[in-house]
Amino acid sequence: MKLDSQVPEGPLAEKWDKHKFNMKLVNPANKRKYEVIVVGTGLAGAAAAASMAELGYNVKAFCFQDSPRRAHSIAAQGGINAAKNYQNDGDSIFRLFYDTVKGGDYRSREANVYRLAEVSVNIIDQAVAQGVPFARDYGGLLANRSFGGAQVSRTFYARGQTGQQLLLGAYSALSRQIAAGKVKMFPRTELLDIVKIDGKAQGIITRNLITGKIESHSAHAVMLCTGGYGNVFYLSTNAMGSNGSAAWRAHRKGALFANPCFTQIHPTCIPVHGEYQSKLTLMSESLRNDGRVWVPKTLEDAEALRKGEKKPSDIAEEDRDYYLERKYPSFGNLVPRDVASRNAKYVCDEGRGVGTGLAVFLDFRDAIERDGEDVISAKYGNLFDMYQQITDTNPYKEPMMIYPAVHYTMGGLWVDYNLMTTVPGLFALGEANFSDHGANRLGASALMQGLADGYFVAPYTIGNYLTNVPYEKPSTDHEEFKKAEAEVNERINKLLNINGNKTVDEFHRELGKIMWDYCGMSRTADGLKQAKKLVQELREEFWTNLKTIGTNDELNLTLEKAIRVADFMELGELMIDDAFNREESCGGHFREEYQTPEGEALRNDEDFSYVSAWEYTGENQPWNLHKEDLIFENVKLTQRSYK
Amino acid sequence: MNLTLKIWRQKNADASGKMQTYNVTDISPEMSFLEMLDVLNEDLLKKGEDPIAFDHDCREGICGMCSLFINGKPHGPSQTTTCQLHMRSFKDGDTVYIEPWRAKAFPVVKDLTVDRSSFDRIIQAGGYISVNTGNAPDANEMPIPKDVVDEAMSSATCIGCGACVAACKNASAMLFVSAKVSQLAMLPQGKPEKQKRVEAMVAQMDEEGFGACTNTGACSAECPKDISLTNIARMNREYFGAKASSENV
Repeated sequence: MKLDSQVPEGPLAEKWDKHKFNMKLVNPANKRKYEVIVVGTGLAGAAAAASMAELGYNVKAFCFQDSPRRAHSIAAQGGINAAKNYQNDGDSIFRLFYDTVKGGDYRSREANVYRLAEVSVNIIDQAVAQGVPFARDYGGLLANRSFGGAQVSRTFYARGQTGQQLLLGAYSALSRQIAAGKVKMFPRTELLDIVKIDGKAQGIITRNLITGKIESHSAHAVMLCTGGYGNVFYLSTNAMGSNGSAAWRAHRKGALFANPCFTQIHPTCIPVHGEYQSKLTLMSESLRNDGRVWVPKTLEDAEALRKGEKKPSDIAEEDRDYYLERKYPSFGNLVPRDVASRNAKYVCDEGRGVGTGLAVFLDFRDAIERDGEDVISAKYGNLFDMYQQITDTNPYKEPMMIYPAVHYTMGGLWVDYNLMTTVPGLFALGEANFSDHGANRLGASALMQGLADGYFVAPYTIGNYLTNVPYEKPSTDHEEFKKAEAEVNERINKLLNINGNKTVDEFHRELGKIMWDYCGMSRTADGLKQAKKLVQELREEFWTNLKTIGTNDELNLTLEKAIRVADFMELGELMIDDAFNREESCGGHFREEYQTPEGEALRNDEDFSYVSAWEYTGENQPWNLHKEDLIFENVKLTQRSYK
Repeated sequence: MNLTLKIWRQKNADASGKMQTYNVTDISPEMSFLEMLDVLNEDLLKKGEDPIAFDHDCREGICGMCSLFINGKPHGPSQTTTCQLHMRSFKDGDTVYIEPWRAKAFPVVKDLTVDRSSFDRIIQAGGYISVNTGNAPDANEMPIPKDVVDEAMSSATCIGCGACVAACKNASAMLFVSAKVSQLAMLPQGKPEKQKRVEAMVAQMDEEGFGACTNTGACSAECPKDISLTNIARMNREYFGAKASSENV
């Protein structure tokens, strides 16, 4: 298989315009003869479903939640980047492109990132037109804030609920199309397989989560907007239901999976507090604009704090180590996420952690002194409330405690410039694909990418694909649908009849621990070898010792989880393989063997300037590695320096 | 701490339900309420009993999927979502009653899970601004006074959980509907459709079987996002204004 990224010829800044012109159009009257399936209704999915329907296509949209408005995009807090340069601080499309490529540690595809920066400005216009109440200044114009990895102020925000407001904007556009009859919405419905006919994606198999009914849906194209796979770690900032199954099923049907080991560990989350913990809560990284990260300089102070013998306010200024400001004077607390996370791990590994020992302080004392509590409350009020609600401490009085947690997955289904996977007719948008963030995503860029793909990229590229597809779509009586339904039923029966002793959550927690210990913030060849063995053993035990209950034809939460965790058991192994293969450190992927004398990630551009795209070859078979070489014509590869 | 739980069990929409008693032990005050239910469900599963179905997803108080009527209050004793309610709000030996949202327009699906698709249909009736993708002017072309956008934002923070309906003795959805009507009516972008919108959304609300508003304010008092009662006043004004000049009389 030769990977063809389909990146158009020509200068970077002209590629997308030229491509848009060269793509074939579907006549408005013919659009209604096509039907597309959109799986997932987060930013990418809701935006794509609404936009495709507005153009005249018939859309079927699916989500596992009870309403499309609940997709996990809703939880994004801090903001959305756009190269508007409203602040006159030197921003431009090229600078946003450059920051994103650099922030991703030079492991993303230039042309895709440039296009992302280009359409970023349209997203803000679109959202405002929908009634998204972005923050404004007294003159009535839009306000911006700064975010990690950038020296300009280009982040648009709606208090600490930017994701919510953008998602509700996309949801309102989707609702309008549902009312118009152009989108048929299937809530509480989960994708269990992709159906391929003549090599093309032509439909999906779903399970109704209330009745358990297995159904076939055929279409001319399928779009997966199903988010990331961070829940492979069990504990993450993802929602409880977020899962990797749609992408994994696509992978098993021939879609290559790219850079699976590129996972983002977010530096500012509320630390773990107990065994029963079900998820980790993120505190927006925008807090690092005003909060200062520190731990005590000495092990003795750290221990006294952990034992409760000292309070943070007892530690004198000169006994505090503001380690990010010390090590990275020019970016300070605003270094990219991977750098901030790794440094938190280092100081805790040294024994200078606070709280349970796996936490550092994020302190607003100085900001409150400087700006007053009112100003800080106006900026972060809801985040402070949330922190207090969870931890029962008041962050206006005492510093917050934070620790890194799994947050986002840069890896995902391999897609070409048109966002099409290696299965024709199967597209992947938003976090589900791999293309824009390289080895590390910058803050406020996930919302940008989800909406860029959904509103402004896929509606064009899918139109172009459909011009070569006949109007007639296959019947769901086709043998491929019947075969896929039978396979799904068999898998469910198998899961319901293992009759073992261990619950899904127990397996999931164990898997998560293996992944976090060996394939988390830092990785080694030996550890990864060990982890691969452990995951294989765990997977074997899963299929022989899983305890489930009930039947398929009812609301069965245990079964839902079992189906998802079964897929995570396979995906976890691929992540480990990918991390083992990539003998360099870049972005969120840190191999201890490859670091600079100062402990920074040491890339190996000579040998690893490629996208690793893995091909599934069968149950318990090794994956085939394909490489898409990354060619940088517009940025110079440097060692990222935020000093 | 140890607690006695009285939980509503109902096999499906057609079955009749009843309260059932469970005991949980060694509950840490740091746990969230839903984590406490997770622990119970693991126990039930191990004993071969059907775990309790309840809706939840983000567990950070923003998706609006979790519900639960706890000791007679939606989302329990503190004004937050159930996922952000922590066990430190309870005392050792407490008996806790857990029921689903009760409203005709929110039929029970199973146990504590209800069907809130009526909210989606109200939004579909008009809770949007009609603008197609690509059809937008520059975002800074139309300045919007800060106080107006701040007020619109406060209305827009509604998470659609349905606590307002559960809190209301009439199961009225006025707070939910008015929050969306207000947000869009306050913003200049939403003005062209404001009359049509309020009429259509109110009509859909009535059709779904939500009750009437008698201004008791329970909805706002229990709202985890502090959506203000002012929204209802604003919607009433919008509605009367619309009806006075409406063609759909």
